[in-house]
Amino acid sequence: MIRFMLMVNRQGQTRLSRYYQPVELSRRAQLEADVVRCCLSRRKDQCSFVDYKDFKLVYRQYAALYVVVGVTDNENELSVYELLHNFVEVLDKYFSRVSELDIMFNLDRVHIILDEMIQNGHVVETNKSRVLAPLTALDKMADG
Amino acid sequence: MPAVSKGDGMRGLAVFISDIRNCKSKEAEIKRINKELANIRSKFKGDKALDGYSKKKYVCKLLFIFLLGHDIDFGHMEAVNLLSSNKYTEKQIGYLFISVLVNSNSELIRLINNAIKNDLSSRNPTFMCLALHCIANVGSREMAEAFASEIPRILVAGDTMDSVKQSAALCLLRLYKTSPDLVLMGEWTSRVVHLLNDQHMGVVTAAISLITCLSQKNPDEFKTCVSLAVSRLSRIVSSASTDLQDYTYYFVPAPWLSCKLLRLLQCYPPPEDGAVKGRLVECLETILNKAQEPPKSKKVQHSNAKNAILFEAISLIIHYDSEPNLLVRACNQLGQFLQHRETNLRYLALESMCTLASSEFSHEAVKTHIETVINALKTERDVSVRQRAADLLYAMCDRSNAKQIVAEMLSYLETADYSIREEMVLKVAILAEKYAVDYSWYVDTILNLIRIAGDYVSEEVWYRVIQIVINRDDVQGYAAKTVFEALQAPACHENMVKVGGYILGEFGNLIAGDPRSSPLVQFNLLHSKFHLCSVPTRALLLSAYIKFINLFPETKATIQEVLRCDSQIRNSDVELQQRAVEYLKLSSIASTDVLATVLEEMPPFPERESSILAKLKKKKGPGAVSVPDLEDGKREGGELNGGGERGPDSAAMSASNASTPSPSADLLGMRSAAPMSAAPTSAGSLLVDVFSEAGPAAPSAAVNDDGFLSSAPPSEDPATLLSEADELLNKFVCKNNGVLFENQLLQIGIKSEYRQNLGRMYLFYGNKTSVQFASFTTTVSCPGELQSHILSILRATKPVEPVVEGGAQIQQVLNIECLTDFSEAPLLNIKFRYGGALQNLSLKLPVTINKFFQPTEMTSHDFFQRWKQLSQPQQEAQKIFKANHSMDTEVLKAKLLGLGTALLDDVDPNPENYVCAGVIQTKGQQVGCLLRLEPNGQAQMYRLTLRCSKDSVSLRLCELLAQQF
Repeated sequence: MIRFMLMVNRQGQTRLSRYYQPVELSRRAQLEADVVRCCLSRRKDQCSFVDYKDFKLVYRQYAALYVVVGVTDNENELSVYELLHNFVEVLDKYFSRVSELDIMFNLDRVHIILDEMIQNGHVVETNKSRVLAPLTALDKMADG
Repeated sequence: MPAVSKGDGMRGLAVFISDIRNCKSKEAEIKRINKELANIRSKFKGDKALDGYSKKKYVCKLLFIFLLGHDIDFGHMEAVNLLSSNKYTEKQIGYLFISVLVNSNSELIRLINNAIKNDLSSRNPTFMCLALHCIANVGSREMAEAFASEIPRILVAGDTMDSVKQSAALCLLRLYKTSPDLVLMGEWTSRVVHLLNDQHMGVVTAAISLITCLSQKNPDEFKTCVSLAVSRLSRIVSSASTDLQDYTYYFVPAPWLSCKLLRLLQCYPPPEDGAVKGRLVECLETILNKAQEPPKSKKVQHSNAKNAILFEAISLIIHYDSEPNLLVRACNQLGQFLQHRETNLRYLALESMCTLASSEFSHEAVKTHIETVINALKTERDVSVRQRAADLLYAMCDRSNAKQIVAEMLSYLETADYSIREEMVLKVAILAEKYAVDYSWYVDTILNLIRIAGDYVSEEVWYRVIQIVINRDDVQGYAAKTVFEALQAPACHENMVKVGGYILGEFGNLIAGDPRSSPLVQFNLLHSKFHLCSVPTRALLLSAYIKFINLFPETKATIQEVLRCDSQIRNSDVELQQRAVEYLKLSSIASTDVLATVLEEMPPFPERESSILAKLKKKKGPGAVSVPDLEDGKREGGELNGGGERGPDSAAMSASNASTPSPSADLLGMRSAAPMSAAPTSAGSLLVDVFSEAGPAAPSAAVNDDGFLSSAPPSEDPATLLSEADELLNKFVCKNNGVLFENQLLQIGIKSEYRQNLGRMYLFYGNKTSVQFASFTTTVSCPGELQSHILSILRATKPVEPVVEGGAQIQQVLNIECLTDFSEAPLLNIKFRYGGALQNLSLKLPVTINKFFQPTEMTSHDFFQRWKQLSQPQQEAQKIFKANHSMDTEVLKAKLLGLGTALLDDVDPNPENYVCAGVIQTKGQQVGCLLRLEPNGQAQMYRLTLRCSKDSVSLRLCELLAQQF
């Protein structure tokens, strides 16, 4: 299962974090800093899966933003790797060319999208239009 | 920059976020945040009731601040208020805040539960989903109690919306994981399985996670899911990419769902039903075929998604381990990936092949890729890929290719990353031992290992090479020659000196015929390293020297000279000093016969599992423990034993380790503390006589852990109960303070005070190293009867800190209450991590029955009257024994007072005798005790007599005290 998901920029600032297994606040900052350091130190030609303590990190980089998840050993790395891309594509579709700023200023919406796709550390929905359905309905209500 | 915000943007929030972004420094950011926190706090406290929008805005700001890494300790109530809003966005923010910030034991749970209950019964699907998410995220016991029966109903009800079913499935999964006792199987169980047939792919995706977890726990009840999963998988695999519309990802139909289905099937053995099995094999073949077809898209997402399914299918094939044809095809497929330009694929192929190597059907096929894998080890730019390559080489190693693989691993070690060196060293050592046909190759390999990566060669490795050399006489001469040569190097690793010292000490005679390695040359060579070595190594070398005196009488004068010099005989280290003194004395007093007996060649070690293997298992352990994965156990077994034969689990192993007599390992076999050693005991007692007047007391040395004394040091045995523990206990019968335990890492001091039937014990744990001890835990347990009613140890007033910094000392307080008399001692177990290794030791806590003595003063008349009253035979215990310690009056008096009794003067008619009286205070009763100790100075004997109102107390006290004088 997925233990946590982070979006962090190159400066190490967390832009989104979601934990599916409780982690104490004091440990989170440490963990996030560690994870960023680990990803930043890797070159493009290195593989996208890293053993980290007793679990594995799977990460992707989009411009200056890293999307990182921690997964348990029994997770299929490639499927998680593509799940991240699917998630970013959904964000891209909703925000039409998503940027770090979109994520910062619309944290609530990013969370709604994430909750539609991953619950409790498991994939629940991968169909883009179904993921966006609640948000689209919401925006319609606000417009109307 | 408020324009960026979408929907009903909250202006205030956008402004705040912009402000934070514009902060030039961390200080400015903190200042801005504190200002905002103060603002929000005042708004929340203000008299004016806030509307939903403002509450939402402020709660949102708090969430943002939390994300930046600041603790949020208020706003919970406002978030709970938002839950009852009718506006989706307000409700959603409320739930989000709770999901992220409320932990499962919050007092607010009851209020939250109320809101959830309302939302669940609202029949508004979006509200229901929010409520279900919230339960899934918080997952507290109280929530489980409130909703565990409700959720299955929602999940299987016919009229539930699809999106609600998805959330309900994941919600139930969480509750099942946290409170399995509350989620009762029932009529819904079979209907859950049928969700695999649901038209809606999203529902299937969500339900599989739940079903997989339930199947792992109750395989029989969910057996029917196998055929359903197979047919679902088959429909997906055989569909054209356009059939599944929105669930197709870059021309791959439902990749995530396929992976999850394949994963679910790994919970079960191959289907028994022929038709189902046929269909499944067909699916797997189709998946393998598709990998060979030209890609439908050049996009990497396409191939990734396709390969995700392929790897999962290969996992399933390996899990079944019954279809040779599929296994070999899988192996060939992975072989192709080994040379793929995508690093990710190379990594995964190496990892997956590792598990394939342990299958008898594909082991040979895996071996054909050896050159590619060796090349990967040499050329991969990514250390994690190289690590996998090393793992795979280890897994594919067998007798036919061991020499090649070991050679490659050794040469890789010279440049290997520091992070993986230790593990590589262990692997090389294991392979070298396991596949050694001639043992000279083994010795060469290990010595090379020490030469190349000496710092990473743990004690187990060099202990092991010594065990093997000692047990095989065909390799002893070669080993002596090789270490002699290796020691010629101007700078050689200390581990090499250790091995060299031990082996030359034992078998130096085998090469002494050659004038180039004559006894004196050997000695001078060893001694030239002496001054650069650490204390334990020097101690070992001293033992080697005394062995030399036995082997080569001509070296006696030279060695005695060395032992006699001040730097040895007055060394500030007790252990070194003691060895120098004892060995010098031994060499000058003992006759050649005695020397030859005492310094006889080490007897063979009992055959047992390699401690190196144990260490590697432990290193690999934690990952596997936390994973409820099926194939993992298998992977483990395969990697370690190469041939699919499963290694015993660590519990069984610890038992076997513990039951193996600690192989003496004392070169001299003279420490009585190692009674299990095969060294002749007669020699042992002889030595005690020889030394009766020489040298400091032995116990401290016995406790010191040096490599020579025990080949499996306490830290490595999963649960070591120090054999000297009883000795320790005896040390503290007559005193309350002192050093309880000490080794190279840790010192434990003890201070205790007793009053009536109560006691308090202070334990001081001192870290002797400069490195921190992590996960430091201590537990006190009372074995057997002790636990139930004899002695109750009230838990420590506060638990010890989990981390002990280098050089630091921490304190623990134990409160003790004596309920009735007892004879066992409570155990103290200490665990911590030092470097990577788990240290585990058990000690007896020196709590003895005499600690609860209250002294009683009485006259001679009273004493003898009571003495007579306690005349029943079982009330008396008597022992006559030889004096072990000084019979000096003052010393004896001090001990008797330390015992806790009153020492009565002028009672016994014979002034030489000692008489004591006291009452042992237990919770339930008081036990009166009288003691009489009659020394006989001429015979160096004592007679000890005890009379107590309770017979078990007489016996125990007599036992305890006989050790004291």
